[in-house]
Amino acid sequence: MGAEKPKADLLPGTLDMLVLKILMRGHLHGYAIAQLIQQLSDDLLRVEEGSLYPALQRLELNGWIEGEWGLSATNRRARFYKLTSDGRKHLAEESARYRQVTGAVARIMGFA
Amino acid sequence: MRAGSRWKVLRRRLRYWLAHSERHRLLWEEMEFHIESMADDLVAQGMSPEQARAAAHRKFGNMTQKSEEARSIWIARWMSDLAQDLRHSFRGMRRDAGFTAFTVLIAGLGIGASSTVFSVVNALLLRPLPFRDPGRLLSVTNGDEWTAVQTEHYSDLRELNQSFSDLAGWSGFYFPGDKELTGAAEPERLTGVPVTGNFFALLGVEPAIGRTFTAEECQGRYSAPPAMLLSYDFWRRRFNSDRGIVGRKLTLNNNPVTVVGVLPASFDFASVFAPATPIDIFIPWPLNDKRKPSGNTMKVVGKLKRGTTIERAQAEFTMLGKQLETQHPERNNIAPRLTPLAEQVSGRVVPALSVLACAVGVVMLIVCANLSNLQLARLGARQKEIAMRTALGAGRSRLLRQVLTESVALSCGGAVLGLILAMAGTSELAHLHAFNLPLLKSVRVDGSALLFTLLAAVGSGVLFGLLPALRVTAPSLRESIQDAGRGSSGGRRHAWLRDGLVVSELAFACLLLVGAGLLIRSFLRVLDVNLGFQPERAAALRIDPSFRISSFPQQNAFLDEILRRTRSLPGIVAAGITDVLPLRDDRAWAVTGAGQVYEKRHQPEAYVRVVSDGYFEAAGIPLRLGRPFSERDRASSERVAVVNETLARTLWPGRNPVGQMITTDGGRRVVGVVADVRHAALEAAGGSEMYLPMRQTADYATTQLVVRTALPPDALAAALRTALRPVDPNLPVREFQTFQDLVDRAVSPRRFLVLLLSGFAAFALILASLGIYAVISFSVSQRVQEIGIRMALGASTGDLQRRIVLRTLGLAALGLTLGMAGSRALSSTLATLLFGVTTGDPLTFIEVAGLLLGNAAIAGYIPAWKASRIDPVVALRSN
Repeated sequence: MGAEKPKADLLPGTLDMLVLKILMRGHLHGYAIAQLIQQLSDDLLRVEEGSLYPALQRLELNGWIEGEWGLSATNRRARFYKLTSDGRKHLAEESARYRQVTGAVARIMGFA
Repeated sequence: MRAGSRWKVLRRRLRYWLAHSERHRLLWEEMEFHIESMADDLVAQGMSPEQARAAAHRKFGNMTQKSEEARSIWIARWMSDLAQDLRHSFRGMRRDAGFTAFTVLIAGLGIGASSTVFSVVNALLLRPLPFRDPGRLLSVTNGDEWTAVQTEHYSDLRELNQSFSDLAGWSGFYFPGDKELTGAAEPERLTGVPVTGNFFALLGVEPAIGRTFTAEECQGRYSAPPAMLLSYDFWRRRFNSDRGIVGRKLTLNNNPVTVVGVLPASFDFASVFAPATPIDIFIPWPLNDKRKPSGNTMKVVGKLKRGTTIERAQAEFTMLGKQLETQHPERNNIAPRLTPLAEQVSGRVVPALSVLACAVGVVMLIVCANLSNLQLARLGARQKEIAMRTALGAGRSRLLRQVLTESVALSCGGAVLGLILAMAGTSELAHLHAFNLPLLKSVRVDGSALLFTLLAAVGSGVLFGLLPALRVTAPSLRESIQDAGRGSSGGRRHAWLRDGLVVSELAFACLLLVGAGLLIRSFLRVLDVNLGFQPERAAALRIDPSFRISSFPQQNAFLDEILRRTRSLPGIVAAGITDVLPLRDDRAWAVTGAGQVYEKRHQPEAYVRVVSDGYFEAAGIPLRLGRPFSERDRASSERVAVVNETLARTLWPGRNPVGQMITTDGGRRVVGVVADVRHAALEAAGGSEMYLPMRQTADYATTQLVVRTALPPDALAAALRTALRPVDPNLPVREFQTFQDLVDRAVSPRRFLVLLLSGFAAFALILASLGIYAVISFSVSQRVQEIGIRMALGASTGDLQRRIVLRTLGLAALGLTLGMAGSRALSSTLATLLFGVTTGDPLTFIEVAGLLLGNAAIAGYIPAWKASRIDPVVALRSN
């Protein structure tokens, strides 16, 4: 019930990892995270708002990120997220796993 | 995930959940920031601010939905839905305060009744007996289910058997108040039960203070026990819970006795083995004392060895019984019969309790049918709202859940009321000391009763809510909206459902009424029984002398003096003395006419009563032949006896019994015949009885002065005590009991059943009447226009009323037919509880039919009368 619906333009399960990776850069609010994912992927990956906020809630619930209120560049109240040490650990685990899986897929597909 | 972090996640989830409204607001704010940032970017690309805002909102989509999706990460959807539904229900309940109050009230009454009956059933039948390993405890009786065993047989059985880990016994031959405590403070009559030394150990009962009896204490004299154990209640009442009492010497029946211990509060001997007679003390029973009462005096209870079955034990005991009978022809017959103790204790209440449980179940069904109907009408009125919500995309399951949440919330409200009622009801029941029912004292609302109440609440909520919920949410959108637009009978398509519910209510009410009717008529028959004595204006006073009577002259002088003083009191019509009171105590002897020989198994037995002159008159026992006892029947005169009609017929069929000799008790001449007295129960004939003149025997345990008075007996109690004081200043004359009390106590279980069942039936009748009234009113209100047209076209009010009342009676007749058929089929289950009426008693059925139809007619006439006052003009204009 109610978990995120995987969007066609993002591999399922990767959004959490991407958000964590982006947050390695520092404290960011939700909009900035979405923008950064889009920019860094050269506009290839689009993050649906409908997936982003559930993902943020889930990461926070698991204790991987922490949100706190602050002022944005335009002087508006925004919620900034930062990575926790648990989050760092989780990111390392996830990227290792992801690398393994994509490597395997690539080998089968003959990309490698 | 690691266990530690899972725990942290759970804690966070709970924290979010507790602050969910704040968190939700912040999430909203966060998403607004997101949209604004998007709009800012669009403005930077050259869009106008308004266009940018609109575009950003469009792109973001439905914020409510998004926020709910985000929120559903930490708050399960159904939980937030439930909270929402509950809020919705409470708002609805506040709006419909009348409906809510009514629903909570009748659901509360129904649930209260159910929980009370459940608590009684639980205490009497379901809960194990309050002993160690209750499942292994068996009762050993002799021949039938209640006859006691001779102590000699007990000792042999205990020694020889292989099936039981131990056998213990308690005396069935004690009388209420047959011990007297003197010395410290005021003298008091106590009820004491002699028990074998291993009795408490076998039941697994440890004294709260002190110890149980030693082997040495079980070797003394029967009449002078060296030790005693106090019951908890008696210890608290008499000794103010003084722990120092243990080890003290007191005086019991003029003999020194040491208090060796106090039994725990949880050990309630009386409520298990002897309902309605509180037991004060327990004394050791010396089995080797030759002067203990002989005969079948011992009630035996045994603990089965592990791994043995009751069948195997029974087979062994049957064999042992035969063996003992051949070895000891001088003893009484022994045919051991094993019954699980629980069954023996509460087996006889099973039929009555099953009837009550079924009755309360039927009441609950009627309650549900009634509420279902109300809910249907209420939701019918909200059809438009529900149709609109369906149109706006509310799923059917979501709507169903909402409607059911509402009905379950209502029935839970009812359960709170019901629980209060059940607590009041059970504590009331537990204090009915006069009720001759086992374990009644332990009736209370416990954990399982709470669970039962919760289940009953949820179950009835779903039951009464499901049908209306399914009906209203049925996918027939267009019809509802059209209906609603036209403003005509939105509820007409539910009409058959409503009628069906009312018919079933009536049928169920009919079942209960027939059951209650049959039992009430049985009860009246029981009260009408010829008791053989006249309880009105008769009363008994315990007058056992405080001194020890050592000779016949002393005893007879005491009796003469008591009777002389009593008879000289104004208002006393007759006075006599007896050792046993009707409907209370009993003992039986074998009895034979002179020259008659019986086989041992067919030896006639008679209940023995030792009475003085004047007793027959005082108790109102009519003399049939010969003469009653007189003052001249003394130790020095001829030994005589009076027999009842049954004994006369048994020993001397077709002959005049007066002048015949009986061989019992050293030989006695029969001088008179009196009517049979119902001695065991009102429902059963008393059997053979033999009366011995008190002045010719010392073989009796208690002395009861019986008086017949011109005024109500209670008025004379004080005068009687004062008059008797000079005879014996220490005479404990507290226990004054009217014969009517004895009768009332004997019929108390039946009264209990009749009261409860009549209450249920009355409640059912009221509910069914309300149900039929509601349905007819509703159908009238739905057809105001039609009625207006009919009246405008010249239908007379009489005509209209007749139509409505006839429709009502039609429903009632249908319900009645079903109910009668059901009653006829089910009434045979009542057979064991009926007395003097058959299960198909026509009068009861006719009365019930009349009652139901009469009620239905009234319930239908009120809306009919209201309908006839409808102004056609107003009716046609409305809507």
